[in-house]
Amino acid sequence: MVRTRIFALILVIAGVLLGYFVYTTNGHDERFAFRLGLDLSSGTHLIYTVDVSGVPNSEVAVALDALRDVIERRVNLFGVSEPIVQIEQGGILGSDTAQNRLIVELPGIADVTEAVALIGETPLLEFKLRRTDAGALQTLQDIENGTISPEDIVLDDIYQNTELSGRLLKHADIQFGSNQVGLSNEPIVVISFDKEGEALFGNITRDNVGEPLAIFLDGVIISEPIIQQEIRGGEAVISGNFSPQEARELIRNLNLGALPVPIQLLSSQSIGPSLGSNALTHGIEAGKYGLILISLFLIIWYRLPGLIAVGALGFYIVLMLALFKIIPVTLTAAGLAGFILSIGMAVDANILIFERIKDEVRGGTDNAERAIRQGFIRAWLPIRDGNVSSILTAVILFWFGTSLVEGFALVFGIGVAVSMVSAITITRTFLIALAPNKVRTNSIFGVRTSSHNT
Amino acid sequence: MFIVHNKSIFLGVTGIIVALAIVAISVLGLPLGIDFAGGSLLEVSYSAERPEKGVVEEVLAEDIDGVFSLRGSGENGFILRTHTLTSDEHEGIFEALSLGREGEVVEERFTSIGPVIGAELREKALVAIAIVLAVIILYIAFVFRHVSETVSSWKYGLVAVVALVHDIIVPAGAFALWAHYTGAEIDTLFVMAILAILGYSVNDTIVIFDRVRENLTHNREMHSKEPFAETVGRSLSQTFARSINTSLTTLFVLGTLFFLGGVATTDFAFTLIIGIIAGAYSSLFFAAPLLVQLAGREHTEGY
Repeated sequence: MVRTRIFALILVIAGVLLGYFVYTTNGHDERFAFRLGLDLSSGTHLIYTVDVSGVPNSEVAVALDALRDVIERRVNLFGVSEPIVQIEQGGILGSDTAQNRLIVELPGIADVTEAVALIGETPLLEFKLRRTDAGALQTLQDIENGTISPEDIVLDDIYQNTELSGRLLKHADIQFGSNQVGLSNEPIVVISFDKEGEALFGNITRDNVGEPLAIFLDGVIISEPIIQQEIRGGEAVISGNFSPQEARELIRNLNLGALPVPIQLLSSQSIGPSLGSNALTHGIEAGKYGLILISLFLIIWYRLPGLIAVGALGFYIVLMLALFKIIPVTLTAAGLAGFILSIGMAVDANILIFERIKDEVRGGTDNAERAIRQGFIRAWLPIRDGNVSSILTAVILFWFGTSLVEGFALVFGIGVAVSMVSAITITRTFLIALAPNKVRTNSIFGVRTSSHNT
Repeated sequence: MFIVHNKSIFLGVTGIIVALAIVAISVLGLPLGIDFAGGSLLEVSYSAERPEKGVVEEVLAEDIDGVFSLRGSGENGFILRTHTLTSDEHEGIFEALSLGREGEVVEERFTSIGPVIGAELREKALVAIAIVLAVIILYIAFVFRHVSETVSSWKYGLVAVVALVHDIIVPAGAFALWAHYTGAEIDTLFVMAILAILGYSVNDTIVIFDRVRENLTHNREMHSKEPFAETVGRSLSQTFARSINTSLTTLFVLGTLFFLGGVATTDFAFTLIIGIIAGAYSSLFFAAPLLVQLAGREHTEGY
């Protein structure tokens, strides 16, 4: 009894300290401030599909890493605070439709058009050879004869990808073409490849002397020089009738990072600041009143144990908020709803325990401590079984994916697990510490002497 | 216990409720939101009073090819749903919404979801629901394995899952009605609500089954010849109050979420409220009678 009372005191102190921690670490620059998802603050969420069909299977992972780095660099350049850039596998487990996705979250930027431009401006540089099969030759013939216009054809019908692309770029530079007759003022772009690109470029030029090598920028041909000889040393020259201004922009963008693989916007979401803060205020409001209703109900229906359950609930809430800060969990509107739902569920275990204690008291146990201990033992199995199935559901929800659902699943799952611990340990400690030795008045446990089955 | 004694009545009533829900779903339909169908959603608010809905619709009809829906949002805003918009179309429509009064309209939210993502999410949602049901049936069969001498523990799992199917059909039917009157749509949050109902509602059923399990063990130790139906009935009356109370506390918070929680989670709270009421009902008035029914004649007449 004495030991339990000391432990109860320690729990109270721990709860107060946790509460102090949660309350005092909410400044903007604090390391442990709450992290709010885009739908509670404001910002843009973009999902791109990544086309890796041009990359050999063994190098997909490398290309995706490179893509993430490039986009990250680009996003950072615009000074967005705490952006998220990640690669995700789309599609269902085990299906063939698995796709690589690029997820970009830009907190604070609520203008989709601006955000998309910010990502999309990165140039995609590709080198392609002409196809030599009959179909492609026929198409070329048709263009020459004027039977179809060049605008009507699909470029892929004529050109085939080489593995050479902006992915293998080391550096781009601008030069003014003074060494070429008649073009003295036209800027040219000189790009140097990395080791892999250097070898690849050497092989391509060696095997295709006399053929044109087309250079594509964002899917458009900018020049198509004829390969004169094998080029070693990994330098290529692009002359595409650039104005000095265009050439400088191209160089800057290429150096910031050409996209190693093409991406395409699949979906976008942006949320303005007032909508987000409204959702947050309303969520907190709902949680507050929900908590008051539950507390009233518990105290009126279960008396002393009810009051203790309210204390345990308070401990649960403080502990959850502290966990949100420490893990950290990014709170979304759905996550907040999940947390509010978990407050309602957190007291379920207490209700089951109190009813079991009542069963014991009705069954004739007049020693309060024994009734309490028995009640806990007997309530454990249904609490365990119910909570395990809830946690399993949360795990499946988490797998279900998309950042929106993950927020809910994480909060819901942690909530169920934590509530199981708080309901059992904390309620038990306080009940035993505060209970009278004899159940003199049934009213303490809310047992009506007249009825056996409620 | 009256529920077990009148099990045919309760099984029948439950059947009628489920049938009504299915009728509501098939007649009114469950409108898929852009999360699942793809498309764009634009929410705007006006600094002054919002213009007449009819006027706005007329202006929009000129700018949008194809169907769109306009729904009031809050006190001075609109939510517009259309096919997936390009960024040019998006800007054009936003301009049109200002009705020439520059600066008085603010874009609160713009979401655009491609059809690929929508189809994928739809498939994932169905798979997730199926997996949850399968996992719960396996888990219950596992934890009730020691009482399978009386009634096979698979039957407990099966009954729990049949009750869960009831628990999601009923809110889906209610949502069809709700959507019909408010213009709500099935979105990711709806699927989350359904999955949360699955995870939560099974708790009540487990509490009752656990009492049955305990009473059966006790009977075996005491060599009692209590018929299975009586054991179930006794377990039910012993757990009746607590089953109601646990659902009640959850309903308290969901009620405040529904009324005070803001537009983002109103539909979500609605679905959960109906689901949890359905869950509490099915645990008490459907799962127990069904268990007795499934247990077969030999167990209802004697142990």
